[in-house]
Amino acid sequence: MKYKSVFDIIGPVMIGPSSSHTAGAARIGRATRTLFGKEPTWAEIHLYGSFAKTYKGHGTDVAIVGGLLDYNTDDTRISDSLSIAKQKGINIQFFQDDAATDHPNTARIKMGDGTDQLELVGISIGGGKVEITELNGFELHLSGNHPAILVMHNDRFGAIASVTKILAKHEINIGRMEVSRKDVGQEALMVIEVDQNVDDSIEKELRGADHILHITKIVD
Amino acid sequence: MFRNVAELLEITEKQGISISEVMIQQEMDVQEKSRHEVMGQMDRNLQVMEDAVEQGLSGVSSHSGLTGGDAVLLQTYMNDHQPLSGTLLLDAVSKAVATNEVNAAMGTICATPTAGSAGCVPGALFAVKNRLQPTREQMIRFLFTSGAFGYVVANNASISGAAGGCQAEVGSAAAMASAAVVEMAGGAPKQSVEAFAITLKNMLGLVCDPVAGLVEVPCVKRNAAGASNAIVSADMALAGITSRIPCDEVIGAMYRIGRSMPTALKETAEGGLAATPTGRALAAKIYGMPLEKE
Repeated sequence: MKYKSVFDIIGPVMIGPSSSHTAGAARIGRATRTLFGKEPTWAEIHLYGSFAKTYKGHGTDVAIVGGLLDYNTDDTRISDSLSIAKQKGINIQFFQDDAATDHPNTARIKMGDGTDQLELVGISIGGGKVEITELNGFELHLSGNHPAILVMHNDRFGAIASVTKILAKHEINIGRMEVSRKDVGQEALMVIEVDQNVDDSIEKELRGADHILHITKIVD
Repeated sequence: MFRNVAELLEITEKQGISISEVMIQQEMDVQEKSRHEVMGQMDRNLQVMEDAVEQGLSGVSSHSGLTGGDAVLLQTYMNDHQPLSGTLLLDAVSKAVATNEVNAAMGTICATPTAGSAGCVPGALFAVKNRLQPTREQMIRFLFTSGAFGYVVANNASISGAAGGCQAEVGSAAAMASAAVVEMAGGAPKQSVEAFAITLKNMLGLVCDPVAGLVEVPCVKRNAAGASNAIVSADMALAGITSRIPCDEVIGAMYRIGRSMPTALKETAEGGLAATPTGRALAAKIYGMPLEKE
């Protein structure tokens, strides 16, 4: 079931005009910002399908940038996000892409600052609901419905066990988990949706586990 | 957890509770929150809807200038004339239009189930409110009933114009409103199901063809049609009329129609009204670009 809550249907409260092309777009932008963990200095935003054809009319561009600035769907600053980003010196470029995608409302966002970089693909599936389908080249299915931890690790035996052992010790229940890798023995990504928020001390402990490269968490 | 309308109806009949009550209890389970909390959360959404209608009825205009002011025209007309379609129906239409005019003007609305279709549910709710005089709790329940049906459609078909056309947005919204009107009017859960099926059947095939890609033309007026369709179908169901095609099968038909609809008619602004000479001229004017030759 993609839609779990009645508030996915009666909601969100949002700035118009489109739940998929405005509110959903803002949520994809904000998810990117959350995963990046800080304000970027530049962003490249590629729009596909219906997003590419109608983004001007729906304010999809404005909404994604609003999300990158960490604004919620009902934040009225969304309408001014392009000029706010400019004031902050964030360099933003838009591309309309003709490539065929699985979902008509697809955005690919690359962003970074002097030291870090992140690339993500998000789809807006209707009524403001979104899914993250790709992160730094890894396929995933992240709904944002639950708290989650994203663990970049080396593809070695014991890496997954070292993480789940720590979660078990702190009585954190795993609701869903997926593992993907680019190639055998290369970098891999664990996506773990959990029932409880993971606090900073547990996060620190996870960082110290075997074969772990990087951890990002999404709180509820 | 109910997965379809048949299961939803079965729960109401087995437990002797209303559709809104099933949705409230499921939401308490899913969110692990108290009744007070989920009712309060919905109350805040209701407040947003009330504010949007009020704002729309005081007159708004979109940035493109394509929409705005029609809700005011309707209210003025209703005050000066005896509307042919009746005061309640036209009140629903004016409040649906008001909500979508606010949405087009980038105002604050509550998506029900989407922003482009946000007028149908509040339009129908606030119009029948004057006749039925519901309590605040009954108004909140109206939204849970609407939500229960929207939840089934979203999980079994689609509520996205880009994926399923306007039938998936305004069609779903109108049908959700219709089912909730029946519950508020004292109809049985079964009658809500019939009202939903009748409304959605009458919206099947509706394409998403927004002029210039804006959620304005024809979206605002489609919400007017949705809200009136909702109330008429609710009356039909309350009169005892049933749908020959079961509700879940109507939802399935909507999904398959959406799948086979060409991309040009699914929120790409490349077909239908968007592709008419006037539609294309408006788009060129709004974006300050020369008119593209076919």
